[in-house]
Amino acid sequence: MMNTPVVIHHCLLICLSACFSFLLGCSALPEKSANETPALHPIHSVVRDEVSYPIDVYDPWEGFNRGMYRFNAGFDRYVFLPVVSAYALLTPDIVENSISNFFNNLFELNNLGNAILQLKPKAIAQTTGRILVNTTVGIGGLFDVATKLGIYEHDEDFGQTLGHYGVGDGPYIVLPLLGPSNLRDMTGNIGDSLTFSAVDPLNLDDHGKREVGFHLLNAIDRRHRIAFRYYDSGSPFEYELTRMLYTRKRELDIAR
Amino acid sequence: MKRQTLVCLFSFLLNGVCLASNGYEYPIVDPLAATVIGTPKAYMAPLPKNIHRMERTVVVFPDRKVNSFIPRNTLSYSLVSQQHKAPLVFSISGTGASHRSTKMRLLEKTLYKAGLHVVSLPSPTYGNFIATASTTQVPGHTVHDSEDLYRVMEAIFEQIRNEVDITEFYLTGYSLGGAQAAFVARLDEERKVFNFKKVLMINPPVNLFNSVSILDRLLEDNIPGGLDNFSAFFNDLMDEFSKVYTKLENVDFNDDFLYRIYENSQTAIDISRVSATIGMSFRISSANMIFFSDIVTGGGYILPKNHQLHNTESTTNYFKVASRISFTDYFDERFYPFYKKQNASLTRESLMENTSLASIADYLRSSNKIAVVHNEDDIILAPGEIDFFRNTFQSRAQIYPRGGHCGNIAYKDNVDYMVRYFNSQGD
Repeated sequence: MMNTPVVIHHCLLICLSACFSFLLGCSALPEKSANETPALHPIHSVVRDEVSYPIDVYDPWEGFNRGMYRFNAGFDRYVFLPVVSAYALLTPDIVENSISNFFNNLFELNNLGNAILQLKPKAIAQTTGRILVNTTVGIGGLFDVATKLGIYEHDEDFGQTLGHYGVGDGPYIVLPLLGPSNLRDMTGNIGDSLTFSAVDPLNLDDHGKREVGFHLLNAIDRRHRIAFRYYDSGSPFEYELTRMLYTRKRELDIAR
Repeated sequence: MKRQTLVCLFSFLLNGVCLASNGYEYPIVDPLAATVIGTPKAYMAPLPKNIHRMERTVVVFPDRKVNSFIPRNTLSYSLVSQQHKAPLVFSISGTGASHRSTKMRLLEKTLYKAGLHVVSLPSPTYGNFIATASTTQVPGHTVHDSEDLYRVMEAIFEQIRNEVDITEFYLTGYSLGGAQAAFVARLDEERKVFNFKKVLMINPPVNLFNSVSILDRLLEDNIPGGLDNFSAFFNDLMDEFSKVYTKLENVDFNDDFLYRIYENSQTAIDISRVSATIGMSFRISSANMIFFSDIVTGGGYILPKNHQLHNTESTTNYFKVASRISFTDYFDERFYPFYKKQNASLTRESLMENTSLASIADYLRSSNKIAVVHNEDDIILAPGEIDFFRNTFQSRAQIYPRGGHCGNIAYKDNVDYMVRYFNSQGD
């Protein structure tokens, strides 16, 4: 009998590749209907090449991305959020907070590594301090004592490190399940997770089942902390507004 | 620089004196800043933390067609119920906002604190409402929108009447939702399904079109060099933001982020920049509404007539067009012609008049169950419009000296007032 994690893994791969090949055929270009007539305010009457628009983000794979955005929205609504609300219902707040703190503390390793790469002495000192305090006084990271002591978190990831050294955004990408990203940040994600599994602080490599549990719980905890809901803005422009906000927020994080 | 700081300090001290005299201590003096920032955490009323809210949906028009761009025909709302027999309040959201917007959530907690079952509804100008619950799908007409709201309330009441123990019905709403609450209350005098016992309007406009023109101008008059230079303005704004964000290391984008910026800015805030930001936020809401309405009514305004948007098609260029259309343009080019088709004798002026609170002033004056909360410095009111509320509602008008547009909705005194209003017995 194959063990469960492997089966899940295979199923996921099959689903995702099916979904990918479908999405690759998606186009962002309009298809003209037979009886179409121009609008009162047609695009060419307003949009001019010499004017720059903050809503524009480099997005050569827009058709694919929009398809993925819809897929993610559906996944969120029918799978992810029901699981997250069951989790929220079953778990007392204090446990939820401890779980969040635990993951935060683990991933401080990424903050630390990237603070070092960016040569930010204050961030290095404070992150080291946080890890020490929270792992000991905070009982293995379950309590965030450091913040209460005024040692604040410095969110740094490898995408920010690349940005810090001048790497541009690259094309915008909507990742399956993870959502908005771009080529630089996606590379960053991969870098961070490779580093994390190389350090492997929980010795997950030797415990396949534990590893699946770890990633699932991490995903649920993360989603639980994000207030964003697909199509909540009620805006027909939600895709481009999200794309703009994501890009601008990353600019701010890199500048920090 | 020094002089500016001195001026700030001086006005702060002066203001301190005013505070002592009238006892209203909402901290943000500038009405534009108050509108953007809202109520800082330290000044918020204590509100219940973990209330069990249920996300619900209701079908208003079962036969309405769905398409790939708008895939469902259900309207979303939320219900928070008490464990015991209690009055039920319908709460209506402001322009372009959903039933779960920040202000709606604050209001929901306030109303729950007052011991009521709470049903939160999206604004008739919100996409999901336009698609699934609006009759004309050309929103902004207070009378029609209120009829739509009434139909939605009836459908929801049918859905929940067996699970919630209701004694009587109340009604409230903020901003545009406040004005709609008054029209819904008047409609209820004829239909008598709910027989609302208490109605509270929160920061409503008197005349929607006055308010909307004010918001249009906030954007158009405050971008140096006009809207073609919006990008430069936006980049400056982001740079400024970035400076503060970098400096305040321990601050994240939470509720108090903007207040921290406000507190920390050494110089006086740039009023024209704040104005443009409010204008920009309103412009996005109105662009959303206008384009959504255009899609569901078959296009012709921004979308080519009869164009079928497919679900991965780029809408970015339509956004650029929609964000250049003021609400006043929409009124003249889309809204007025649409309603004139139904009634040839309708004039532009009479359409504006019919949808304003002034058109039902007699009803509001004589109806003791309706009260209003407002701010002397609300930015959506034209000069003198605040007196409409004083004169019409007399002792039923609670007018605060500060708060801008809904900035003080979660402030202690305001929450206490709302809780007291809905708790009090009789008229």
